[in-house]
Amino acid sequence: MNKEIENIKELKDQSVIKTGEMVLNMGPQHPSTHGVLRLKIHTDGEVVSKIEPILGYLHRCFEKHCESLSYEQIVPFTDRCDYLASMHMDHAYSMTVEKLLDIELPERVEYIRVIVAELQRIASHLIAVGAFGLDVGAITPFTWTLRDRERILDLFEQLCGARLLYNYIWPGGLSHDLPPKFIDRTLEFIEYFEPKIVELNQLLTGNKIFIERSADVGILPAEVGINYGVSGPSLRASGVNYDLRKDEPYSIYSKLDFDVPVGKGEMGTVGDCWDRYYVRVLEMSESIKILKQVCKNIPDGDVQAALPKKIRPSKGEVYGRYESARGDVGFYIISNGKNIPLRVKMRSPAFCNLSVLSEISEGWMISDVIAILGSLDIVLGEIDR
Amino acid sequence: MFSEIKKLLDAGYNQKYTTKDGIDAIFVQPENWLDIATFLKENKDLGFDYLMCISSYDLNNGIYGVAYNLYSNSKKYYLEVRVEVESDVAVPSISSLWRSADWHEREAFDMMGIVFEGHPNLKRILLSDDWEGHPLRKNYKEPDYYHGLPVPKDKSYWE
Repeated sequence: MNKEIENIKELKDQSVIKTGEMVLNMGPQHPSTHGVLRLKIHTDGEVVSKIEPILGYLHRCFEKHCESLSYEQIVPFTDRCDYLASMHMDHAYSMTVEKLLDIELPERVEYIRVIVAELQRIASHLIAVGAFGLDVGAITPFTWTLRDRERILDLFEQLCGARLLYNYIWPGGLSHDLPPKFIDRTLEFIEYFEPKIVELNQLLTGNKIFIERSADVGILPAEVGINYGVSGPSLRASGVNYDLRKDEPYSIYSKLDFDVPVGKGEMGTVGDCWDRYYVRVLEMSESIKILKQVCKNIPDGDVQAALPKKIRPSKGEVYGRYESARGDVGFYIISNGKNIPLRVKMRSPAFCNLSVLSEISEGWMISDVIAILGSLDIVLGEIDR
Repeated sequence: MFSEIKKLLDAGYNQKYTTKDGIDAIFVQPENWLDIATFLKENKDLGFDYLMCISSYDLNNGIYGVAYNLYSNSKKYYLEVRVEVESDVAVPSISSLWRSADWHEREAFDMMGIVFEGHPNLKRILLSDDWEGHPLRKNYKEPDYYHGLPVPKDKSYWE
């Protein structure tokens, strides 16, 4: 609780100022809601008492569509769920179907998947970090991070022709092999990008105005985060070392050497907005560490060797988990032995992360809600599906 | 992992759940679910503190189901619990134990029409409040009109 709010509370207790509850509408068309989200903010004066998020403006019936599409045809739809980290959604879905089919993948496929997933993680975190700066009033970092992200999108364009919605990772393999010189270009990008993190730290991380706006604001205690199902960088910022890449290693992550950054409360309290921001910055460095190892050891092989001709899993259910840029993605697939799934349910990380907003915004001012919402890094495409 | 969890559950709760061959999940009747859920969360040896996902499903034979995916951060255990009911039977809400269940149960109600008894705020979440029916049910029929506007029936342009 900061000083201003304490002062207001004091004045109110002495009945110097009288306030009543007011309901303030924010969104759906509001730049700070990162998409089409509507927030019904109950305020007392300027202090927030409760927030009711109203979702569904971007609902595209993903789960209903899945009931009439074959397993291969669902991949482009998963792309459109989280449009800032499409590779992660493809990867999560493909891994779940592979678990259902029980197929072994060629090693080259796993290496390429990790390369694109880590590049995508950097791209997604660049948007998260830049847009968070924008939310609290720093405009320059956003343009700088977009410039760097453009390099990653260029790499993806060379890879599969698309810049945002890739349809690159398929159940059982990949749609294309790497283009010539892709590894060299990735290494070039790493060389270019490493100094940019230092630059970002100088520009934004240590900026006094930025720290004033984000440190000690919107503290998410670890137990509350776990109880609400928060995952990914938002939970790790509260000091919980929970990363599926380490805890339940999939693909080739068990062979790789990297750390899981957790929030330490360097500028304020553990689990504040600044921690949620900084964990993402640190994660970008870890992704670079992974990319360096993977690019060095990539084996040869045919990326479509394990691609099934027709996907027709036997009866059964499977729950697959994946660590995306926003957190723990889950796909629950029920198969009834046909080439069309009976049910596909997606556990969206941003959906759970958003549910904690009301709890952690209580007692903060309206301008702080913008910072808290920005630090949770939500993508409405994934929340509404 | 599944057999260890079962061993711990059998102390006192062996009458209250069933298993099926080849499926690593426990099946619970709705009346026992709150008891077992409390045990799963509070027991120190299990410590299921993280409710990852609630998936509702329709088996197309009058049985509706809810699958709960639980994770224990301390023991790194993973467990799937299923509660299967007939169309109009309510399932007890566990949102008092895990707050993440709040929105997930609202979604299951919205999409599949499963009623959660004891939920503090059971209303639609993704669809608008005036929507009729529950779209993910297999017997869902598309309405002819929505707010007076005819819904296009010709889907040939989809092909």
